[in-house]
Amino acid sequence: MTAVPPPMRPARYVVAGRHAETHDTVTLMLRPVESPIDPPRPGQFTMLYAFGVGEVPVSLSGFERGHVLVQTIRAVGAVTRALCAAAPGDMIGVRGPFGTDWRLSIADGRDVLIVAGGIGLAPLRSVVLTALDQRARYDRVVLLVGSRSPDDLIFTRELETWQRRGADVRVTVDHGHPGWEGHVGLVTGLIENAIADPADTAAFVCGPEIMMRLSADILVHCGVPASDIRVSLERNMRCGAAVCGHCQLGPLLLCRDGPVVSYAEAAPLVSVKEL
Amino acid sequence: MTTDTNFPAPRLIGTEGLDDLYQALVAEGYRVIGPTVQDGAIVLRELRSAAELPFGWGVRLEPGGYRLRRRDDQAAFAHSAGPQSWKQFLHPPRERLWSAVRTPDGGFDLSDQPEGEPARYAFLGVRPCDLRAIAIQDRVLAQPGSRYAARRARLFIVAVNCTEPGETCFCASMGTGPGAEGGYDLALTELMEDGGHRFLVRAGSAPGAAVLGKLGGEQADDATVGTAQSALEAAADRMGRQMPAGDLRELMADSRQAAHWDDVAARCLTCGNCTMACPTCFCTAVEDTTDLTGDHAERWERWDSCFDLDFSYLHGGSIRRSGGSRYRQWLTHKLGTWHDQFGSSGCVGCGRCIVWCPVGIDLTEEVRALHAERERES
Repeated sequence: MTAVPPPMRPARYVVAGRHAETHDTVTLMLRPVESPIDPPRPGQFTMLYAFGVGEVPVSLSGFERGHVLVQTIRAVGAVTRALCAAAPGDMIGVRGPFGTDWRLSIADGRDVLIVAGGIGLAPLRSVVLTALDQRARYDRVVLLVGSRSPDDLIFTRELETWQRRGADVRVTVDHGHPGWEGHVGLVTGLIENAIADPADTAAFVCGPEIMMRLSADILVHCGVPASDIRVSLERNMRCGAAVCGHCQLGPLLLCRDGPVVSYAEAAPLVSVKEL
Repeated sequence: MTTDTNFPAPRLIGTEGLDDLYQALVAEGYRVIGPTVQDGAIVLRELRSAAELPFGWGVRLEPGGYRLRRRDDQAAFAHSAGPQSWKQFLHPPRERLWSAVRTPDGGFDLSDQPEGEPARYAFLGVRPCDLRAIAIQDRVLAQPGSRYAARRARLFIVAVNCTEPGETCFCASMGTGPGAEGGYDLALTELMEDGGHRFLVRAGSAPGAAVLGKLGGEQADDATVGTAQSALEAAADRMGRQMPAGDLRELMADSRQAAHWDDVAARCLTCGNCTMACPTCFCTAVEDTTDLTGDHAERWERWDSCFDLDFSYLHGGSIRRSGGSRYRQWLTHKLGTWHDQFGSSGCVGCGRCIVWCPVGIDLTEEVRALHAERERES
């Protein structure tokens, strides 16, 4: 008998905690029922399975003691709706971890510039936490957060903590509402002022593809080398093992060669329509 | 399975030797899969005897066209690639990955035991182009512990050197044929000379040598080996088509923004036939299903096609909406980015995609057009 190899067989996890971030976004804490998946590196993703509904790729937002996976999910389809509706004690299937990581080491001794758009902050949360845990390794740690509206901001409980722990957190929304006293405008508008020394800056960018492209182009324009800009790309990840073909972007199989790639590699690909 | 000069000298067998070969493989416990005539085509299926091989049948091939034809002789392997390839046995179109049941506490139990042992197949009549296709799929799918790897490890391959290339064949220009160079257990060359209808049989592995020992016949003399060699050289010169020379990988990368994709899109129906017929196309989708109670769930893997709109689906819509972008994905992957991902071209020159395209799109012609466009633009 040949069993299905681990990359294709989900491990069982239970929801140990659940926090509603916004009206459509939930953070789940997943605790292994049996042997856990390998410890993920910041930037990697898992395939989360809702019983009988299906499976979706979700980047890790964190990894905590007891092999607990922190996964932030926005309800945009049948599977993500089922996952967001999961209550503590419910069982979720997990495969992974898959793909490349943020490679935060490129920022050693330099400025860390993190640019997040919307739910794109979720995969970047582990970059923030790692950088703050080893704060002395980096010069400035700047986090730019953009979201459509104040109500769409995620991790609001943590933004202040991060500020206190030594991150320069700047938040902007596309559209404010009465009572919003913060910045209004696209996150791309904050980038230029956030750069101190472009040659000594490593940038980590995640959000909608158009936002990542514009952000990276501004960073390059300001003098940050494309190879020092890391972006997390999204395609239709299905197998995680580079055998199903769905997540191709030119030469890349993003479940294996991504999701995080350098902009030097990504730029010629994401600039081609429908590639 | 590498060709080794230590294996016994090639032997010559007659058509009755094919019966011996079939029986020897069955005796070894193999399910023998080979070409046979069915439904107006030469298909691949489990054979009940060597007599089911398509003796006396040939094919007439053209872009978008396939017809059987009677030959003047009784050759068994003088037909080109048919609608199917061997991938349907090693990489089945549909397969269950696991099943799960809801437990009373609201969780679920997973069972990932497949139904039975992986099959032990003997493929009888694998063309050199298809032999290369199997090697190419190995690099993608034979991950340790996979069901593909299990089936592959049990496989016995009888290759057949190609002495009758078809009108849509271009293996010589892809460097994959018409002669098999290793990767087989046994290799046959069919000879229709004055000496009668015979097969030169060469062993390429220890299991192959063991089966060769049971076949009778006679040791082949140098003259006959030479005749077989000349037949292959002649076949290389009779290819119906040719892939344009040059660095295709570079051409594909340079052609991402080519206007020619729109030209193809005006003809391409995005039906995906080419991906189904292609012996190397490997893409799959998974389907998660439940029964009506909702307590039993299964995950199935099935072939998928990059021509399907859903293939590139992300929340909010598909990435590749236009037909041109989907044809570009297929061709640039096959001839270009396959090198980046898996270290070789994904095309073996079998010509199936040309024959089974309902509108007769010929990739060698499309490559020629892309080449011409780049020349014009530079």
